[in-house]
Amino acid sequence: MDVEILSRIQFAFTVSFHYIYPPLSIGIGLMLVISEGMFLKTGIKDYEVLTRFWTKIFALTFGIGVATGIVMEFEFGTNWATYSRYVGDIFGSALAAEGIFAFALESSFLGILLFGWNKVSPRVHFISTLGVFLGSMFSAIWIVVANSWQQTPAGYHIVGEGLEARAEITDFWEMVFNPSSVERILHVWVGAFLAGAFLFISVHAYYLVRDRHQEVSKLGIKMGLIAATIFSFVQLFLGHLSADGVAKNQPAKLAAFEGHYHTENPADLYLFGWVDQQSKEVYGIKVPGGLSFLLHQNFDTKVKGLDAFDENNQPTQVNAIFQFYHLMVGIGMLLIGLSVIGSFLLWRKQLFDKKWLLWIFVFAVILPQLANQFGWFAAEMGRQPWVVYGLLRTSDALSKAVRAEQVLFSLIMFTFIYSLLFALFIYLLNKKIKHGPNDMELIDHRTHQKDINNFYSKD
Amino acid sequence: METFLGLDYPTLWYLVVGALFSGYGILDGFDLGAGAMHLFIKSDKNRRIALNAVGPVWDGNEVWLVIGGGTLFAGFPVFYATLFSAMYIPFMLFIWFIILRAISIEFRSKEEMKWWRSMWDVAYTISSAMIAFLLGVVLGNILQGIPLDENYEAIDPNLMMFLNPYSIIVGLTTLAMMMMHGAIYLTLKTEGKLFDHVVYMLEKCMIGFIIMYIIMSLFTLIFLPHLAERFKEYPELFVLPVMAVLSIANIPRLAKKKKYLQAFVFSSLTFSLLLIMVAIQLYPALLIATNDPANSITIYNAAASEKGLELMLTIAAIGTPLVLTYTFIVYKVFWGKVKLDEHSY
Repeated sequence: MDVEILSRIQFAFTVSFHYIYPPLSIGIGLMLVISEGMFLKTGIKDYEVLTRFWTKIFALTFGIGVATGIVMEFEFGTNWATYSRYVGDIFGSALAAEGIFAFALESSFLGILLFGWNKVSPRVHFISTLGVFLGSMFSAIWIVVANSWQQTPAGYHIVGEGLEARAEITDFWEMVFNPSSVERILHVWVGAFLAGAFLFISVHAYYLVRDRHQEVSKLGIKMGLIAATIFSFVQLFLGHLSADGVAKNQPAKLAAFEGHYHTENPADLYLFGWVDQQSKEVYGIKVPGGLSFLLHQNFDTKVKGLDAFDENNQPTQVNAIFQFYHLMVGIGMLLIGLSVIGSFLLWRKQLFDKKWLLWIFVFAVILPQLANQFGWFAAEMGRQPWVVYGLLRTSDALSKAVRAEQVLFSLIMFTFIYSLLFALFIYLLNKKIKHGPNDMELIDHRTHQKDINNFYSKD
Repeated sequence: METFLGLDYPTLWYLVVGALFSGYGILDGFDLGAGAMHLFIKSDKNRRIALNAVGPVWDGNEVWLVIGGGTLFAGFPVFYATLFSAMYIPFMLFIWFIILRAISIEFRSKEEMKWWRSMWDVAYTISSAMIAFLLGVVLGNILQGIPLDENYEAIDPNLMMFLNPYSIIVGLTTLAMMMMHGAIYLTLKTEGKLFDHVVYMLEKCMIGFIIMYIIMSLFTLIFLPHLAERFKEYPELFVLPVMAVLSIANIPRLAKKKKYLQAFVFSSLTFSLLLIMVAIQLYPALLIATNDPANSITIYNAAASEKGLELMLTIAAIGTPLVLTYTFIVYKVFWGKVKLDEHSY
């Protein structure tokens, strides 16, 4: 295998692995802010038990997220040197801004969040939790801005020719608010909220079917389901907004999402199917004119197909892109269904008797994770053969000084260390869940309660 | 070229990057150093205290590496690309050890079994030491320069090129320096018998560092005399090495008087002085082409655009006070000797 394919595999592998954790940190972070905020507001102890328990799981995901995140920053230089020279002005500044404005905030206050319970007042602790959560949200902004710039470059001009060419920034705010930034940040945020909410639901559903930590878990499920219901519907809207943006800014990618080879009207929408890349046909169940309608609110508008683009400028893995995209959308629908059923039964006070549904919720934790991964696969494969859309080809972005055996060696090492890391993560997550929030109730609350009283008497 | 306070933007950014790496060396330096001596601390309880001395802050310290890397990428993308791709293997090893270290800190105390804890203790010590060593190795290679072609690409970098005598000496010196720095930090966080043991380790570390520093200086003067040229050109700059030597000599003096906080200040100062000397010697080069000086990477041919640098200087001007404030708050909250509680590692 050559350097290009090995480096692509390595980047895809390391970034996908990394992407398990930051969405969980953002999602759990949101739940922590809510539960700790509710505890401060109401003084109900169950909220504190939840906060303390989930802080431990948060620590696990955050730690692995940081360690695996540094990898990508280095890989830009080690494996994608030509790319780094090309985008340094833009990508580099977004990365530096992420470090200064986001990562510093979250990592600094993480120490207080985890170890500061007995060192600071509840109010300061809550502010630290909020700081960590906001930091992780800001992180997502800058990283998605950098990626969105690769999808829809803006606020730059090109200096130099051929492989000497470089993108230089001309307008910072145009770069930040490039045509796809906002909708993609929102889409990623809400994807992360769903990952956190479903993990919350899953763990507490598990306790309920096992008859453990009943009261706390009922509260946890309620919080999780409310979040899941709100955000799964919001995601439907944001997903549509993103697809609209792709149609406008990256029509070849949209055509690949839908396996839409031939520019035609009406354009059909496949619910699921199989793309035959040889014959350029899709076999499956479709809504006639559905794609035209979704994009133009009219069943008969023409939609550009892959045939509208030069052969060399189209993504090649159309079937894979089609499948990942459709799986993401399908899982999104499933999440809406599960959230609605769960909320409805909760409202009717029947949820906790339906063990079969609780079991489904236990395993549903995997769904938002898959949707997040598949969404990124579709977005990144759909951008090919460009690493910077329309400007720099992936095959030109490599490090010239690096040889295949070096990348192969590092790829093997990453596979080894990430397998170990993942096994340990699952083992410890499982252990923390088995252990449960019970021990927390044994903590002497008197000093803490005194702090809370002081806090209220001050206001 | 645009200037600010008489300095052009690439020079200003060079100072920013230098300041960040200096900050990184001081902050992560002590937790890496404390990690590297972890195995020399006996008993589980003492090891937990040592681990929890860095527990609440090591993540925040690592941020300086991430920001340092980001600023290097953003400010000097040509240098970033060339250095990282030429030094592929040391940088890969570096990140594996970063990951291994994060796991060992996070996982060590999660199980009671003796073999489990010993396993992570070994992993923590080795990874901390290797990170410190590899940082020095990369620095050693930057000081020596590498062969570069006219497009500033490394010429046929082979797998083991980075491991040469000089970079190994710089690597070991960095490790010794961080261990000394880490030992001083641990004196501030421990008490009782463990404190006495840490004081004993600090003595050994100081001797080790001073020996390594002398070897490195001699090697530099004999085999790499070009690294002292700027100092010959501007004799007034000799004040810096003199200050560095005084600063180093002050550390054992203060340690003997049990003024550990002051000793920590001086070992931090030593980090900064040594990096300032490196920066002055290299400037305006970032990576010298050993085959043909005309191919060297300088801050001018490696820099991002004027507009980009101006923008990032603005970002740094807004962000740096914020980062320093967070760092200050966190250190203030965790000031004083370590007390283990139910939240500790």
